[in-house]
Amino acid sequence: MELGNLQRGYIDYISALFHEGFLDNQFTQLQQLQDESNPEFVLEVATLFFDDSEKLLNELSRTLDQQVVDFKKVDAHVHQLKGSSSSIGAQRVKNVCIAFRDICEETDTAGCFRCLQQVKQEFYLVKSKLETLFRLERQILAAGGSIPIMW
Amino acid sequence: MAVEAEARFHVLAVDDSLMDRKLIEKLLKISSFHVTTVDSGSKALEFLGLSATASPEQSEIEVNLIITDYSMPGMTGYDLLKRIKGSSSFKDIPVVIMSAENVPSRINRCLEGGAEEFFLKPVRLSDLKKLRPHILKGKSKEGHLSQEESSEIDKITSRSISHDSSSICSKRKAMDEESAQERRRLRLSCGGLQYDLA
Repeated sequence: MELGNLQRGYIDYISALFHEGFLDNQFTQLQQLQDESNPEFVLEVATLFFDDSEKLLNELSRTLDQQVVDFKKVDAHVHQLKGSSSSIGAQRVKNVCIAFRDICEETDTAGCFRCLQQVKQEFYLVKSKLETLFRLERQILAAGGSIPIMW
Repeated sequence: MAVEAEARFHVLAVDDSLMDRKLIEKLLKISSFHVTTVDSGSKALEFLGLSATASPEQSEIEVNLIITDYSMPGMTGYDLLKRIKGSSSFKDIPVVIMSAENVPSRINRCLEGGAEEFFLKPVRLSDLKKLRPHILKGKSKEGHLSQEESSEIDKITSRSISHDSSSICSKRKAMDEESAQERRRLRLSCGGLQYDLA
């Protein structure tokens, strides 16, 4: 009974993540690559994404805090963040990065600060949601069940 | 008669992003390639034995395809491509370039520079299906093909539609123009199915 509830809860949770645009099809692609030989593949990729992104966000803060902002550097960091969010399927983060690069091109410092706030917000949101998702997966496995396949 | 183990092709993947290296390695392994990953163009050249610091033993490394990111600090994927194509020992190794950015001039430049394919990131499993034909072509240039590999190339170049697809198509019912058009579309998409090289 409890396992059934856990699995239904998982289905609802992950469906909402797709529905609300937090995750896109690339995340499903990653799930499809996971198998018995590498059962933590998605978690490993997500962990790399979290670590990479924290570093990039810190770098971005530092770069924007300089007296004279090096917009090329800002753009390079955002480009990297866009790449890694795209690789994991973190759609909302990726979309903010796309807008961020346009603002960068206009060398609009205030605009860049706003984008940075937005991208931080989206990043921490998707990070927390993914952590919840992985926790739900662990609970299902601990209860002896298997994680529902969503494709 | 001795049964030969299926030879696995060796792909060298180059990307400065750890995340992307992990991804491409997984995709390649799932596609049954033997994989080596490096994080820069210079490390790739070193691995191939093309750098000044390479030792003689390294020239025994066999690489059947190189897949590289375009935007890397120091040596870009394009720079690496030119170095490889400019080398007498490695110019026949097929090179594929990946990029997160869809810039037509960049894509053309790479293809004109000798790249076999240009993949947009994130790379998918279906993209990797395009790799084997290039590897086999590269090997045929070297004259190193086994009987199996030669017949694989014949299969690819004749591109015959498999029996499976025609049976799917023949299950269609109605005779009016619209469904006939649909059948034509379905037949075309069946014909475009990835041929199975496994």
